[in-house]
Amino acid sequence: MSLAESPPQVAPGVGVDAEERARARAKRLEMVAKWTLPPLVMALVVLLWHLRVSCDPNLLCWLLGSEPVPHYIVPGPGRVADVLVGDFGLLMQGMQVTARISLLALFFAVIGGVGLAILFSLSKWTEMSFFPYAVILQVTPVVAIAPLIKIAVDDAFTAALIAAWIVAFFPILSNTTMGLKSVDHNLRDLYRIYGATRWQRLRYLEIPSALPYFLTGLRIGGTLSLIGAVVAEFVIGTSGTGLGLASMIQEAGYRLNIPRMFAALVIIAVLGIVIFAVLSFLSHLLLRKWHESAVSRET
Amino acid sequence: MDGTPALAGRAPLLTLQSVGKTFGRDVEALRGMSLEIREGDFISLLGPSGCGKSTALRLIAGLMHPTAGALRWEGQRSDGALGVVFQEPTLMPWATVEDNVWLPLRLKGRGRGAVRDDVLAALKLVGLEKFARAYPRELSGGMKMRVSIARAMVTRPKLILMDEPFAALDEITRFRLNNDLLEMKAKIGCTVVFVTHSVFESVFLSDRIVVMAARPGRVIHELEVDTPYPRSEVFRTSAEYAAHCRAASDALSQAIEMAA
Repeated sequence: MSLAESPPQVAPGVGVDAEERARARAKRLEMVAKWTLPPLVMALVVLLWHLRVSCDPNLLCWLLGSEPVPHYIVPGPGRVADVLVGDFGLLMQGMQVTARISLLALFFAVIGGVGLAILFSLSKWTEMSFFPYAVILQVTPVVAIAPLIKIAVDDAFTAALIAAWIVAFFPILSNTTMGLKSVDHNLRDLYRIYGATRWQRLRYLEIPSALPYFLTGLRIGGTLSLIGAVVAEFVIGTSGTGLGLASMIQEAGYRLNIPRMFAALVIIAVLGIVIFAVLSFLSHLLLRKWHESAVSRET
Repeated sequence: MDGTPALAGRAPLLTLQSVGKTFGRDVEALRGMSLEIREGDFISLLGPSGCGKSTALRLIAGLMHPTAGALRWEGQRSDGALGVVFQEPTLMPWATVEDNVWLPLRLKGRGRGAVRDDVLAALKLVGLEKFARAYPRELSGGMKMRVSIARAMVTRPKLILMDEPFAALDEITRFRLNNDLLEMKAKIGCTVVFVTHSVFESVFLSDRIVVMAARPGRVIHELEVDTPYPRSEVFRTSAEYAAHCRAASDALSQAIEMAA
């Protein structure tokens, strides 16, 4: 609704009609379902997992005609929960390392990606010269690069950081570059007519235009930095180097401590969800006043 | 305006001397356009699409340089001397109405506080002083266009260029903006060059209509609309208006035939 229109006047005594009531009810129901269905599905999956694994004579196993699964192959949800509680301190230590690698990688990816994107927008020649190499860096699987980084860089943490940075950097660079270019051409003309300097155009016009694109890149980069960190740990942090959750999964695997593998996996998933949620919220905060993607629509 | 001097007595502001523009090697957008723009004029460039009217406007705006001929400004052409309104409102969606209008002054290094009164005066001129804090997306199409006009007028320019500014609006809004535009022009006393493909709009607004033909873009007629300002809604239904419209319409049909 625009400010220009005043809300329609409703004659007194005229109630909400049946269709509107039904629509309001459907909307309320949808709101409730949006928050209750995902946890319900989760509970159902955990229940099925428990029933299938334990096979403490139950209907599911009788139907499938299956035997209990040994807990050293697939532990039940109860065992995983036990480890989550029992090894909480250890898991948190691992989580901290993985989170630190991801967030630092993301931080440097933002600095590098945005910096390079601005440089590209200031100089077409720079873009022509270097953009292809950014693409090459992106399309080469990080699993293949990581061992090389490990040889070149002694410190396992730094090596993992570099690997995660490579993965997170590109979406931020390409999205921001795209955003800086997608300025309304009439606005560009307007700035020219008013004799704006290059710096003014960048600051008042191009950077705000690029913000929604950058935030999309940031969200992709945020989740990719976690993936990058995990992959790097697997390749670089062979057991004993004291790296994060992924190394913990690997090490627990060697020791056949399967419940701990699951527990670490759960923590990684939670970490990913938190990163994504925080970045989405940030994006919403920055865009809610003006951008179509964040503005709530009425009717 | 009742106070405006007769057409002939006005001081020249900008003269186009056989201006031509060719894109690439052989796309001739404009050929030999000569036009004297005088202070206080309301000139409409009227013609079918491809007649070079937007090209002429972009040349005057300094967004490109002529291939042939020259533009001569009387006196100094400073950045604030020109205001522009495009077909789209062309507002920055992330900035409030107030900040959008502030832009031309901001680009000249004037702080928000220092020019607050100028910005509010411009908003008042277009009747949107109550919407200073709103974002463009909260406004209707006509209101956005008003903001765009306020932005063009905030520097109190000598010349305002308008490129089919009301083409995308509904007729009721267009008529009202036509009336208001004449009023605003009288208030700040500027010169307007207005590109349109509407005969009715050009007759209602301007004192001179430059009719252009396409392929190559060129001027084929110049009509005068000698009805004095202020012009009101009554003018729209007068016999005088009808006669001017017929003349402009004939000139336009001729322009279309020439291109065919």
